[in-house]
Amino acid sequence: MIRIENLSKVFHPGTVNENVALRGVNLTVKEGDFITIVGSNGAGKTTLFNAISGNQPPTDGRIFVNDVDVTRDPEYKRAQYIGRIFQDPLLGTASNMALEDNMMICHRKGFKGLRISLNSRMRRYFREQLVQLEMGLEDRMKDNVGLLSGGQRQALTLLMMVLSEPALILLDEHTAALDPKNASLVLKLTQDFISRFGLTAMMITHNMKDAIEYGNRLLMMDKGEIILDVEGEQKRNLTVEKLVEKFHQIRHRTLESDEVMLSDT
Amino acid sequence: MIEGIFVEGLIYGLMVLGVFITFRILDFPDLTVDGSFPLGAAITAVMITNDYGMGITLAVAFAGGAAAGVCTALIHNKLKVPNLLAGILTMTMLWSINIRVLGNRANLPLLRRQTIISDVLELTRGVLPREWALLLFFLLLAFVIKLLLDAFFRTDLGLTLGAMGDNQQMVVNQGVNPEVLKIIGVGLSNALVALSGAFAAQYQGFADVNLGQGIIIAGLASVMIGEFVLRSNKIFALTLRVLIGSICFRGLMYLGRYYGFYINLTPSDLQLITGVLIIVLLAITQLRGQGRWKGVQQQEPATVAPGTTDAGTPVDGGER
Ligand SMILES: Nc1ncnc2c1ncn2[C@@H]1O[C@H](COP(=O)(O)OP(=O)(O)OP(=O)(O)O)[C@@H](O)[C@H]1O
Ligand SMILES: [Mg+2]
Repeated sequence: MIRIENLSKVFHPGTVNENVALRGVNLTVKEGDFITIVGSNGAGKTTLFNAISGNQPPTDGRIFVNDVDVTRDPEYKRAQYIGRIFQDPLLGTASNMALEDNMMICHRKGFKGLRISLNSRMRRYFREQLVQLEMGLEDRMKDNVGLLSGGQRQALTLLMMVLSEPALILLDEHTAALDPKNASLVLKLTQDFISRFGLTAMMITHNMKDAIEYGNRLLMMDKGEIILDVEGEQKRNLTVEKLVEKFHQIRHRTLESDEVMLSDT
Repeated sequence: MIEGIFVEGLIYGLMVLGVFITFRILDFPDLTVDGSFPLGAAITAVMITNDYGMGITLAVAFAGGAAAGVCTALIHNKLKVPNLLAGILTMTMLWSINIRVLGNRANLPLLRRQTIISDVLELTRGVLPREWALLLFFLLLAFVIKLLLDAFFRTDLGLTLGAMGDNQQMVVNQGVNPEVLKIIGVGLSNALVALSGAFAAQYQGFADVNLGQGIIIAGLASVMIGEFVLRSNKIFALTLRVLIGSICFRGLMYLGRYYGFYINLTPSDLQLITGVLIIVLLAITQLRGQGRWKGVQQQEPATVAPGTTDAGTPVDGGER
């Protein structure tokens, strides 16, 4: 479904600040894949997402969606079929607008016309959908989203994104800014939505245990490269120790500085 | 004279609605206003002088303002120029254009011409006193436009425009081109401003290229005063308080003009007073602890724990 060929990204090329964030990444994402991505800080995970979503053009390489080259499409065009959630819960919703207004804006992708779609039928539909979050948000539809907690906002963003039925969802540490309780709640919801709607998903996480537990495929990135790509049986048999060991074998260096991010404690 | 303050407040209120759209809803501080206000006035004066009908005159003024706004948005979008600079560019160019529109003069009087003012007075002669007739007319006019705007901001497009100033990334994520939204928003804003200029020219009986001087600051002061009068997140109240703010501002200016001479103020001091007024309002907002210059208070969600971002937060906690 998504094919990435020889993708590279160099920041500030030709200056002293030259920084290669992606070096010739090749990747094919199959329909229905739920890929978890791990890697140390600065490995290029977010840069990969930026390239896929069109937020930052790559320096080189091409991206195909269903065999159509989308490398030069602007971000808003790709957003028609790509849903993305950021680490910062504030980025997914408009704080100064009511919950129902937010849901209305996210209801259908693409340019909006002069119709007033927010009517009682629509409100009933939103209410039904909100119930499944089990956060009581169905009774707060007139409240400004700014009044919700980070976990509630992230759950709402997730719900709104899923309802617009994107072909691919990109989750960039979307639970990292939440407290442990909310983080696990949002993660459960994510898993639930992905399996129920059969979504194709890529999820960046710094939590190795989560990366192993969720999804059918795991990528490990380091210094702008995908150094490990396991799926199926192989992935199911992974443990944190094996993963750290694998990294050592491949890179011939230990994970000293990355200990924090790779540990599950 | 109190009716006069209200009439002025309502006429300029249309301009303030425009300023409110760019500054508050779009978060696009647009300075085109100082040029599009006299543009509306100039178009109106010239068309009335050439015996065009009122409907077409107002429509052309509206469209002229919209074109000015679109120009600013395009400069900003295509050349990646900061919005403030884009507005100043258009405003500066408009000064020359306005003189062209006026037929190479800086000023065009509308004495003894048939204007919307004379039409209204004609229609209500013997029924209502002059001041009250005008007040009623402009009250009606401002409210119709306010209600149309309210309706617009309830449409899908209007809601998306509302999210734009708040969170552009969200709008992009919905597959909407933010550049198009800016064109629509800034265009609509300046169309309202030009319409305001069109009525102002007829009410004052002349158009002048310098009519726009300080308009943006007056608009901003009005918006801020309105925010002191009324707190709400409902669009009905938001636009209502814009009109109220505009009337209050005209009242203050009236006081400055007519009683200012006791403390040695001249009309030319009014711009200074307006600026000081804005500074005082900003200071009070700061003191009240609402922080943001945007004036819309933003509570940060209580449970977001920044600082847990770099080390992966263990999901089930506790175990070690
Ligand atoms: N806008 C930018 N300008 C310059 N350099 C950048 C920019 N964005 C990212 N980089 C650099 O590119 C490299 C990869 O960054 P990226 O954000 O993709 O890492 P990451 O894997 O997402 O890390 P983290 O786990 O910390 O989020 C880093 O060295 C970073 O400094
Ligand atoms: Mg990142």
